[in-house]
Amino acid sequence: MNHGRARFIVGFLFFPVLLYVVYVIWPYLQTIGYSLTDWNGFTPEVPYAGFGNYADLLKDETFLRSLYHNAVILVVYPIVTILLALFFAFMLNVGGRGDKAGVRGVAGSGLYKTIFFFPQLLSIAIVAILWSRIFESSTDTGFLNALLAKVGIVDPQRPLLFLGETNSWLLPGIPFGDTILDAPVVLWCLIAIAVWGGVGFYLVLFSAGMQSIPRDIFEAALLDGSTRGQTFFRITLPLLWEQISVAWVYLGIAALDFFLLAYAIAPPSMQATGASHVMSSWIYHTAFGSSRYDKFGYACAMAVAMAAFTFIFALIQLRITRREKIEF
Amino acid sequence: MTTTTSKHELPTASGPVTTTEKRKPEGRFLTGFSHVFLAVWGLMVGVPLIWATVQSFRSDDEILHQPLSLPTSWHIGAFGRAWTKGHIGEYFFNTIVVMTFSVTLSMLFGAMVAYVLARYRFPGNRAIYYLFFTGLVMPIFLGLIPLYKTVQNLAAMLGLSSVIGLNTYGGLILVYIAYSLPFTVFFLHSFFRTLSTDVAEAGLIDGASHTTLFFRVMLPMAKPGLVSIGLFNIIGQWNQFILPNLLMKPQSGFEEGKFVLTQGLLNLVNNSKYETDWARLFAGMTLAMLPILVTYLVFNRQIQAGLTGSITK
Repeated sequence: MNHGRARFIVGFLFFPVLLYVVYVIWPYLQTIGYSLTDWNGFTPEVPYAGFGNYADLLKDETFLRSLYHNAVILVVYPIVTILLALFFAFMLNVGGRGDKAGVRGVAGSGLYKTIFFFPQLLSIAIVAILWSRIFESSTDTGFLNALLAKVGIVDPQRPLLFLGETNSWLLPGIPFGDTILDAPVVLWCLIAIAVWGGVGFYLVLFSAGMQSIPRDIFEAALLDGSTRGQTFFRITLPLLWEQISVAWVYLGIAALDFFLLAYAIAPPSMQATGASHVMSSWIYHTAFGSSRYDKFGYACAMAVAMAAFTFIFALIQLRITRREKIEF
Repeated sequence: MTTTTSKHELPTASGPVTTTEKRKPEGRFLTGFSHVFLAVWGLMVGVPLIWATVQSFRSDDEILHQPLSLPTSWHIGAFGRAWTKGHIGEYFFNTIVVMTFSVTLSMLFGAMVAYVLARYRFPGNRAIYYLFFTGLVMPIFLGLIPLYKTVQNLAAMLGLSSVIGLNTYGGLILVYIAYSLPFTVFFLHSFFRTLSTDVAEAGLIDGASHTTLFFRVMLPMAKPGLVSIGLFNIIGQWNQFILPNLLMKPQSGFEEGKFVLTQGLLNLVNNSKYETDWARLFAGMTLAMLPILVTYLVFNRQIQAGLTGSITK
């Protein structure tokens, strides 16, 4: 068996592993290292700061607000996306007419899936162009405002601001020290865009899960006189638990990131006031924004904190959702 | 979800019925009900996309004053303007050049690592596996800030600043590969594990080298897995924004930024704030969307299965 086995293994692993360590692992370690310094990003000397940067996190108003924004997204985004995706998946697979031939999905379910899934494939640039036009605060150029003005809900003189709205009427702000933790309308708009893009993906995921549940279970339940609602809650939901928990973990990680939306879609004015910032966009702004150009070490500390939150979340989520796997 | 209750009441309202009779009206009602909701969501996804596509055929005057109506006459000039003046052609070219190398090499390296880790026992195997697993769990943001410096310094150290430094194809290609590796390795690892060992052993007894065996036997056998993860990488890298936005910027006033498509499009958005050419922007968006749409329509099933399957593995 040993035709230069060792040489083969090393030969195959060497370059890819090197590449990965240099461009992925090494920057990770550097971030952790720099988070303990007050390095400004340019000078050769790197002043050691201990855990000072981490202590500063608690004094950084924008960071605290951003963290709260992430928390709001973490609650709302996964729940809404999963509920919608489950609902649609159930409609597609069991919503059709149940007759002698058994339970069926609605007609055209393939077409629906194809359409619903598509936003998942769009790049953030396209999503940004699309939605900034839809949310444009003018009844002349904005799609939604024009639509609402036509129906008569919106006064053309006073179009809705959407992405430019800092009012937090949906979830009143909570005072925390000197800061007010709020969830402005712009944040809800961003969540709506995320849901719009995500539902199709999880729909397909759940739909595949539902199809792997044997048909006769549904049919037996229906013969026993249970309604669709009952079959959904008593059969589908428990048997889909694995897919749902995976979805929850992925959506949660996405909610803690949320960079693309907060960076590419939130208008600059919102980013300047911090109304739309989440942790990631605030990190990026701190590290690369021209107004805070000497905060490299501090930005690294925020990045480590963000990674820690993500890690803790994933760990908790996996613990909560772990259940015995049901094999068919 | 409140409608679920009304659904229960509907059949019982007509008095006691046997289960078989009862199922029909309920089913019919539910079907209609399903279609309404599904159609509404379908419109919410489809209408904005179609609306934006139609905008690219209209004049700016129409776009600005009648956002909802159809174009009175169809102009295709915006597409030409987007391609040349909006630099979409150039961005396309940059993206294609980068991806030709990055996708191919991500797949090759990923398959090599996954294969060795899945099929050979040696000290350090688990350690390397978990090293790649780390990259899978950690947010890209953890490494983003020093990555910029790493790319810059490494290239300078090797004297290759114009090849793999900032704002070069080579630099972006290497970074794309490195960031695609964890997922590719992880996915293909479980795939190689499921392949039968008999063929491999027979090959080795016949005197084939380990390398020949990999390229001639194992790689072709892993084709379905390679297609799934390949599509995943193509879509992921095509839409990648954070990495190019960090690395592909002009480094001095004399240099042009080698923007990729996503980045270039957003650049177009920012420029359009100064010189408004909305039709051009929408046309650029349509052009950028087209390849993904075509790929999606052709590989519809594989993409849906590959993308969703990849997260449950």
